[in-house]
Amino acid sequence: MPGLPTMLSIISSFALFVLFLALQGRPAFEAVRLVFEGAFGSSFAWENTLQRAAPLMLTALCVALPARAGLIIIGGEGALVLGGLAAATLPLWLTGLPPLATLIAMGLVAMLVGGIWIGLNGWLRQKRGLNETIGSLLLSYIAIALFNHLVEGPLRDPSSLNKPSTVGLDYPLMIGVISEDSFRVHWGLVAGIIACVMAWVLVRHSVKGFALDVVGGNVRAARMLGLPVNRLVIFTCVLGGAAAGLAGMYEVSAVQGSANASLIVGYGISGILVSFAARHNPLAIILCATLVGGIEASGSLLQRRLDLPDATTLILQGLLFTNLLAWEALVGRITGWRIALEEHANKVKNAEVQHG
Amino acid sequence: MGDLDFVTFLLALLAGAVRVGTPFLFVSLGECLTEKSGRINLGLEGILVAGAMVGYAVAYLSGSAWTGVLAAGGIGLLLGLLHGIVCSLPRVNDIAFGIALMLLGTGLAFFLGKAFIQPQAPMLPSISLGAWSDDPSMCSALNINMLFFIGVALAIFLHWSLRSTRWGLVLRLVGDHSESAQALGYRPLRVRIMATAVGGFLAGVGGSYLSLYYPGSWNEGLSSGQGLMAVALVIFARWQPLNCLWASMVFGASGAIGPALQSVGISSGYYLYSAAPYILTMLVMLATCRPNRTLTGAPGELSLNR
Repeated sequence: MPGLPTMLSIISSFALFVLFLALQGRPAFEAVRLVFEGAFGSSFAWENTLQRAAPLMLTALCVALPARAGLIIIGGEGALVLGGLAAATLPLWLTGLPPLATLIAMGLVAMLVGGIWIGLNGWLRQKRGLNETIGSLLLSYIAIALFNHLVEGPLRDPSSLNKPSTVGLDYPLMIGVISEDSFRVHWGLVAGIIACVMAWVLVRHSVKGFALDVVGGNVRAARMLGLPVNRLVIFTCVLGGAAAGLAGMYEVSAVQGSANASLIVGYGISGILVSFAARHNPLAIILCATLVGGIEASGSLLQRRLDLPDATTLILQGLLFTNLLAWEALVGRITGWRIALEEHANKVKNAEVQHG
Repeated sequence: MGDLDFVTFLLALLAGAVRVGTPFLFVSLGECLTEKSGRINLGLEGILVAGAMVGYAVAYLSGSAWTGVLAAGGIGLLLGLLHGIVCSLPRVNDIAFGIALMLLGTGLAFFLGKAFIQPQAPMLPSISLGAWSDDPSMCSALNINMLFFIGVALAIFLHWSLRSTRWGLVLRLVGDHSESAQALGYRPLRVRIMATAVGGFLAGVGGSYLSLYYPGSWNEGLSSGQGLMAVALVIFARWQPLNCLWASMVFGASGAIGPALQSVGISSGYYLYSAAPYILTMLVMLATCRPNRTLTGAPGELSLNR
């Protein structure tokens, strides 16, 4: 029953959250109410939530897809920032195309860059034996350093004084919201949901997905079956990286308007947790990303009404994930105990039958 | 003139290596100890930040910087204990839990630390080794913090005890092959929990160095990822405490190379130099890894190897 640990962890983490605030004499229950109001209480809150959930869906895929093949990639942040940078600079070289074509090209180049970056991790692991977790962490830091160097150096817009940025996108290249009147969320959300559904079809309903599960379950079995293990692993890495790169493109063209340090706000890190919370199931990622997006969205309301610092949402996220990971294991253990107990009861019963 | 510039540059680099490298030293020793027991703790980043905040707050409230250092270690010990215990439950991924702990630690530190951004806490004392020289830049370069010497002593002590003491050998056995340790009557989970907790203590102390000496104040941008870097650093150091010392100096120097170049008037490429440690670690890993062979020197039970 996958829902049980999730429910238990939500209850226990909110209980701890209330305790934490109450200990400091803060209005704890009011804060919990405001978290829900700020996340899901109004159409404005929903828009804010979904806006933040969109990049999380894509960066979570960067963890979930390689995880199907047994890899733990934690470098989605690097793919996101480089994808965003590539998307932001492409219109400078590629002029004269209609806006829609330029946007598509931007999306493609962001996916290409992100795909190459994470694909490199997969390649290094398969061909050189370089551990993918550490490798992706290192590559992510290298990507961020490269990003900072380029944005503050060669690609910097001289007119961006206080906040170094690349040259801003022209207005037609800014991706708008889905509906100006009723649903003010940018199109990245649609991209995120489509990507998650496509990933779900891939891992659950395709031969390739089955092959991936075999690779993730037992590499030696996969090799014996003659599956192209290396190609499959690198393939998932490229797909995951492409998703993270696309997240960077949407952050640039729908939110920031240029590539700047605001891209590095930890979407990659949160994406890792979203993916683990969803147990690397692409459809569950949509839900988990919405939940995390909601918590983040409620921060400003907490700050405005109760004067709580913005780190409050960080604490809630930390509590939620630590509790989730712990409960998942505990519920497994409790189930184990129950089975052992039943076995014991059966044994006792059998013994009684024999004696009688 | 060129000579003088070069000396200034070297001096700035050396001083920077010690100044920037000291927190690396503590965090990497903590991570080294944790990984030797067969676990990996990415949460050290959160512990570092929490240690920096708690150390600063306690030093301010108690008026003693050393009490702050101890308190920072204490909060690190608690968070490390949490990581150790939860990861002892079946099927908990230590990497995922580490990242969750990182969020929790930073969140707690930012939340509780709001009140301590303004006030000025007492700083840790440093030892002046440059009194013989009347060159002011030499003097300031040789002004070395006490914690650095403690860290060096600790690195040597850990290096010795991992080879020559009973608990050092038990720790390594648990990390290399927990079944053997169990067969000998030791309890691998207990050893791991203790190692992770002590590792947390050291990371907390490393955090207190940040807030109580250099840069020497509490704010939310204090850590630049030293806790996560420690994981790379330990690989760079090939899981040897004494190597952690040299590696911390290398990482510190590469963090100091930008400012050092600025001191002689070169200011471009600042960010690329800061990536140098990662590139170095990457190269070391590439040079020593082969397909079908794990990293040489890595503890066998480490989840990275399985």
